[in-house]
Amino acid sequence: MKVLVTVAEVAEVEDKFEVSDDEIAEQYLTYDLNEWDDYAVEEAVQLSEEEEDVEVITATIGPERSEETIRMTLAKGADRAVRVWDEAIESADYLDINSKADLLAAVVEEENPDLVLSGVQSGDKANGATGVSLAQKIGFEWGAVVNKLELDVDGGVATVHRELEGGVEEVTDIETPAVLTIQSGINEPRYASLRGIRQAQRKPLDVQTLEDISLDADVVESPLAQTSMYKPESESDTTMWTGSPEDEAAQLADLLRNKGVVDA
Amino acid sequence: MSDVLIVTEHRRGELRDVSFEMISAGRELADETGGKLHAAVISGDVDTFADQVNRDGVDAIHTISDGEEFNHDIYTQALEQLANELDTSYVLIPHSVNGLDYAPAVAEALSLPLVTDAVAHSFDGTLEVTREQYGGKVETTIEVEADRAALTIRPAEWPQADGMGEADISTFDAAIDESAIRSTVTGFEEAAGGDVDISEADVLVSIGRGIEEEENLPLIEALVEATDATLSSSRPVVDNGWLPANRQVGQSGKVVTPDVYIAIGISGAVQHVAGMKGADTIIAINTDANAPIYDLADYGIEDDLFDVVPALIEEFGGSVPDM
Ligand SMILES: Cc1cc2nc3c(=O)[nH]c(=O)nc-3n(C[C@H](O)[C@H](O)[C@H](O)COP(=O)(O)OP(=O)(O)OC[C@H]3O[C@@H](n4cnc5c(N)ncnc54)[C@H](O)[C@@H]3O)c2cc1C
Repeated sequence: MKVLVTVAEVAEVEDKFEVSDDEIAEQYLTYDLNEWDDYAVEEAVQLSEEEEDVEVITATIGPERSEETIRMTLAKGADRAVRVWDEAIESADYLDINSKADLLAAVVEEENPDLVLSGVQSGDKANGATGVSLAQKIGFEWGAVVNKLELDVDGGVATVHRELEGGVEEVTDIETPAVLTIQSGINEPRYASLRGIRQAQRKPLDVQTLEDISLDADVVESPLAQTSMYKPESESDTTMWTGSPEDEAAQLADLLRNKGVVDA
Repeated sequence: MSDVLIVTEHRRGELRDVSFEMISAGRELADETGGKLHAAVISGDVDTFADQVNRDGVDAIHTISDGEEFNHDIYTQALEQLANELDTSYVLIPHSVNGLDYAPAVAEALSLPLVTDAVAHSFDGTLEVTREQYGGKVETTIEVEADRAALTIRPAEWPQADGMGEADISTFDAAIDESAIRSTVTGFEEAAGGDVDISEADVLVSIGRGIEEEENLPLIEALVEATDATLSSSRPVVDNGWLPANRQVGQSGKVVTPDVYIAIGISGAVQHVAGMKGADTIIAINTDANAPIYDLADYGIEDDLFDVVPALIEEFGGSVPDM
């Protein structure tokens, strides 16, 4: 069985940052494995430990920089990785949901997995749409926001819990092959061991261009354009308590006492 | 004339609030495009739902009675056919957990560009959508250079429409291909009840990822004890297994409305805010002045929790644990 996990590297913004020319300069950004994808990788690796002959492949759309993140998923137990990138993608004005799903669909076409796991969303863009868009493109069944997964490999059914609002979970049987978008908390992602990190250096990480996956450059064109980015105006006026930690604590304590919600 | 189609949402026999917010979001857009506002009601007791959705601003309601509970295969097929039949330009779907499960498929089936989690939109010949990025630290404007699009709408951003409507209610006979229904909902489960009900508390001390490690939790517990408050948390603390699920505040946890909510090391992501914005007084302790929690907080301390919390414990006569 083959399990393909879509893995994104996401940008996090430093506490102090500026927006100029409708973007955040590189100096304010740090990059990391997307939180939700970490859970998806773990779920796939656990499957490979429970079932016979499971190959776990990660697929990433990302520049060379993302290889460090990809190696981390290999160190955690994925078997090999595909990274899709070339100049056309690099120079795309706005890589929209549709383009990302097209790129990943081409990888799926090459790899023919039985199961695709994605994160519910990426921490930076938070579209929450790539996995289901991909499923519809490749004709797989799907399930979004999965926080429990039991796979019946022979029966071709994934029994999942979808985490709805307000602490309610929907139990659903999904025919495989399927795309499942994985919710945080479904498992406990492991840390890469030193041995894992050493092994990861020798695992295959193939870089594929659009041409390699038989796509034209127009796949990254989009009818959407991001025309501005700005810090939102604060809607409330927060009273900030300042001073030493003791001063700050005293002001907070005064408020609680005045409200009569603490006796101490 | 560009018509707008909104999709309503129900669960276990009841319409969800977001359905009425969709009417407001859809009406706003239809007013700007000069088009009609259509609403789709799919599965379950559609006649009752249609009557409830018939509020001020809706021009037409289309009921599709296939299925009981939400099923994304039925929704996707039904909406593809309905949007084609009505020739609507814009399809608006809630950015809810179920919305996440069918909006991208509908957009793909109809070859529409998709913009998700809209917090505002405007139309002046072209559609512009406002959405957040980086956990709410910035907003962006997305311009849609196409005549048609699908949007998902952030819950609780638009007011709920009220007032009796005068919509035409009609049945839409969707041709659902049963063989394409390859998923089946078999039931629902309520997640973790347990010893405490945080929604009953008057004062909540709530801890987020800023706590860094499970080993640091006793510090917060000491504060909870010194103030006689109740302990709650954001999602990552529960995901990591440091606190049980019944302590989680937010969209997928509990909705709380205490007198005082003290958010410590919590950024204020939209799914967290969904659970605590109704608190009377909100106090944030967070080192990041740009954290969205400060958009909401009445009082703030922009300082390190590992300095402020011990000072607070002492202020209330508690003892600071050795760490
Ligand atoms: C479908 C779905 C449902 C979700 N449901 C929920 C939900 O019900 N509840 C929920 O909470 N989340 C939910 N989330 C997750 C949500 O998107 C956020 O990821 C989460 O709320 C972030 O938690 P946090 O604020 O604790 O962590 P972060 O966003 O990582 O924020 C940590 C904060 O701590 C501050 N900090 C760090 N160190 C210190 C220090 N020493 N002193 C002071 N401050 C410090 C940082 O500045 C930062 O602002 C959901 C997500 C999805 C996709």
